Amino acid sequence: MRHLMNPLDFSVEELNRLFDLANDIEADMPKYAHACAGKKLATCFYEPSTRTRLSFEAAMLNLGGSILGFSDAGSSSASKGESVSDTIRVVSCYADICAMRHPKEGAPMVAAEKSAIPVINAGDGGHQHPTQTLTDLLTIRSLKGRLDNLTIGLCGDLKFGRTVHSLINALTRYDNIRFIFISPDELRIPDYVTEMLREKNIPYEEVIRLEEKMPQLDILYMTRVQRERFFNEEDYIRLKDFYVLNKKKMKLAPPDMLVLHPLPRVNEISVDVDDDPRAVYFKQAQYGVYVRMALILTLLDIHVD
Amino acid sequence: MLNVGKIEEGFVLDHIQAGMAMSIYHHLQLDKLDCTVAIIKNARSNIQGKKDILKVECDVDMLDLDVLGFIDHNITVNVIKNGEIVEKKKLQLPKQIKHVIQCKNPRCITSIEQGLPHVFVLADEEREIYRCKYCEEKFDRRDL
Repeated sequence: MRHLMNPLDFSVEELNRLFDLANDIEADMPKYAHACAGKKLATCFYEPSTRTRLSFEAAMLNLGGSILGFSDAGSSSASKGESVSDTIRVVSCYADICAMRHPKEGAPMVAAEKSAIPVINAGDGGHQHPTQTLTDLLTIRSLKGRLDNLTIGLCGDLKFGRTVHSLINALTRYDNIRFIFISPDELRIPDYVTEMLREKNIPYEEVIRLEEKMPQLDILYMTRVQRERFFNEEDYIRLKDFYVLNKKKMKLAPPDMLVLHPLPRVNEISVDVDDDPRAVYFKQAQYGVYVRMALILTLLDIHVD
Repeated sequence: MLNVGKIEEGFVLDHIQAGMAMSIYHHLQLDKLDCTVAIIKNARSNIQGKKDILKVECDVDMLDLDVLGFIDHNITVNVIKNGEIVEKKKLQLPKQIKHVIQCKNPRCITSIEQGLPHVFVLADEEREIYRCKYCEEKFDRRDL
């Protein structure tokens, strides 16, 4: 039995198979409509995350399966003091697979150690959010046709943004990748990430202005400056508007550059960019459903001919 | 000069960094063993200037050398049988340690989940970096 805790849990070959399956699902949804008939997905969300939870639920429903679960710790037995280890042992009796989000880092791994069913980490604090990374990779691969030979700009909160760190880690396994980190000093990419890139001889640059490097980018990955990552309100207010992508800046970008965003956005991408064909963040949300469908099938070892 | 007698069976842990003997005594949980332990602090050493030495009279299988390797892999472990050194063990950084250090990340699940072991995994042998098994919080062994 396999779990998914970290995007690197799957080898590049396994990811290729997963993405091939996701693309086949995209091309022929009806073929998979009953693949999980009689199977149940438990969504154990100890903190609210409507988007991720709905994406998992949509994925299972698309596969003809059923869903059950809770959407915040207050409505679960955690409010009575039950441990994650105990909860998952009980949930294992009710469902065939579990997607778990928890504010504490490593909680899904604790669950996986005790679980009788596959556990998917649906986000654990600021640590990992592997299905977001799989979504990002699938979006890039599907719309660019490759995951190698890319210049990727990452913009905004590069210090606290776990999606950014996970995506960088995952992309370092592909050839000829170059990163451009665009952020204010206060939200710079952590040293351990740049150290890792230097060790692997992967080129990167750090810049402050978004406009400066736009013409060189194949992918621009925008991120939200999250209020909950700040200890003080003043810093949040000062920095949240620092990097806003708008129509004017998009004119500097190559015609085939893609704009990705893990969503939800606040104001870092102006709505006038939404109609630009290069803005693919809503397609990205759709790819999130396809990749979760492929993941559920893979972890449940269900094959559709 | 202080003389401490020979032991018949057990370990002599030599070349312990001066001042670290008590820490090693606790980490090896020697206080829980019903055996003779001699702690020699600040002994003269040609190489180190000063060093600590621990002599433990016990069965040779009773000590967790992984813990010792984590604390200081430069310690010399002499295995004693019938009053003679029968082996000098070379210590290595263990791949994984359990319940030796605690994860200090307040956001780690180990901070709230009852009964979870504190497990750290060797992530970078050259730089002696360990990471919490659950949250991957970094621990530099040289900060011990």
